[in-house]
Amino acid sequence: MNEALIADTISFTGHAGDEIEAYLARPLGQDSFGGVVVIHHMPGYDTSTKEITRKFAAHGYAALMPNLYYRDAPGASPDDAAAAVRAKGGVPDERLVGDVAGAAAHLRALDGSNGKVGVIGYCSGGRQSFLAACSTQLDAAVDCYGAFVVGNPPEGMPLKVGPIAHLAPSLSCPLLGLFGAEDKYPSPEQVDELDKILTEAGKEHEFHSYEGAGHAFFSVDRPAYRVEAANDGWQKIWDFYGRLLAG
Amino acid sequence: MCTYLTEKIAVEGSGKGATGWFTLTDVTVYLDHPQHAPAEHTLNIDFLNPANGPSARVAVELTAESARALVQAIETTLQSAPPGLA
Repeated sequence: MNEALIADTISFTGHAGDEIEAYLARPLGQDSFGGVVVIHHMPGYDTSTKEITRKFAAHGYAALMPNLYYRDAPGASPDDAAAAVRAKGGVPDERLVGDVAGAAAHLRALDGSNGKVGVIGYCSGGRQSFLAACSTQLDAAVDCYGAFVVGNPPEGMPLKVGPIAHLAPSLSCPLLGLFGAEDKYPSPEQVDELDKILTEAGKEHEFHSYEGAGHAFFSVDRPAYRVEAANDGWQKIWDFYGRLLAG
Repeated sequence: MCTYLTEKIAVEGSGKGATGWFTLTDVTVYLDHPQHAPAEHTLNIDFLNPANGPSARVAVELTAESARALVQAIETTLQSAPPGLA
């Protein structure tokens, strides 16, 4: 692995045929590669998630991060866009699925694609990663501390999302779940419940919960960052995608 | 955690954003992860004019202690104003 890559802002066809903005990073000097759709966290299409997208390219995957807030705030800075979408109650589930399916199709059509595409999402994107993997054909899915896969948002929250664990029988690929044992959304009990639901549905999955870590432990630019959990989590991701997407 | 807890109010006044002064129509107040402040959770206030787009926004992120001190300072200032001014 020489970690050479190229990254740029592109547009691709998402839900309902809409052209939306996305950040694409591809490995250089590789004849064949798998793809990863990166779903950004609630704070949006930001610098830190672009950094994560480049990290996948450095590890040999073509990675595409759609700007899920593009329609709501085209051209706005990521934090302004996130505030606008937050006030509206988040991204509609149907639109998210269409955008991830479009992103996966774009990755499969790249020169050098091996046809395999996974998804990963952080925070609100963790739930969306599970949702996408239950709603469109993918090869591997990673849920990083996604809330409300199990359980409803507390009353009074403006977020217009509900639990989606009932979709588990439709999960199209193996799922890797990475959670903080000190997180409240999702709580350890909710993680256990999802684990049980997937087991009962006969769906391949592996969950890891890290002691001493809470929500957003992968975020290197936030106080929530936990280096041991993040380092081990990244290793779990490389092993998981290495088995299911690489080559 | 992402709390998503939000209070919204209508306001009259002005704010100065990235491109200068604009008329304010709305304020949202929420406790959640900050974009910039070095804390896990902050009390965030967005002064907005949604009709002018998402960028018509003045944002602040305060620790809970700072937010309470701000509320107190606002109350003290309003109460000590001469009669008829506030």
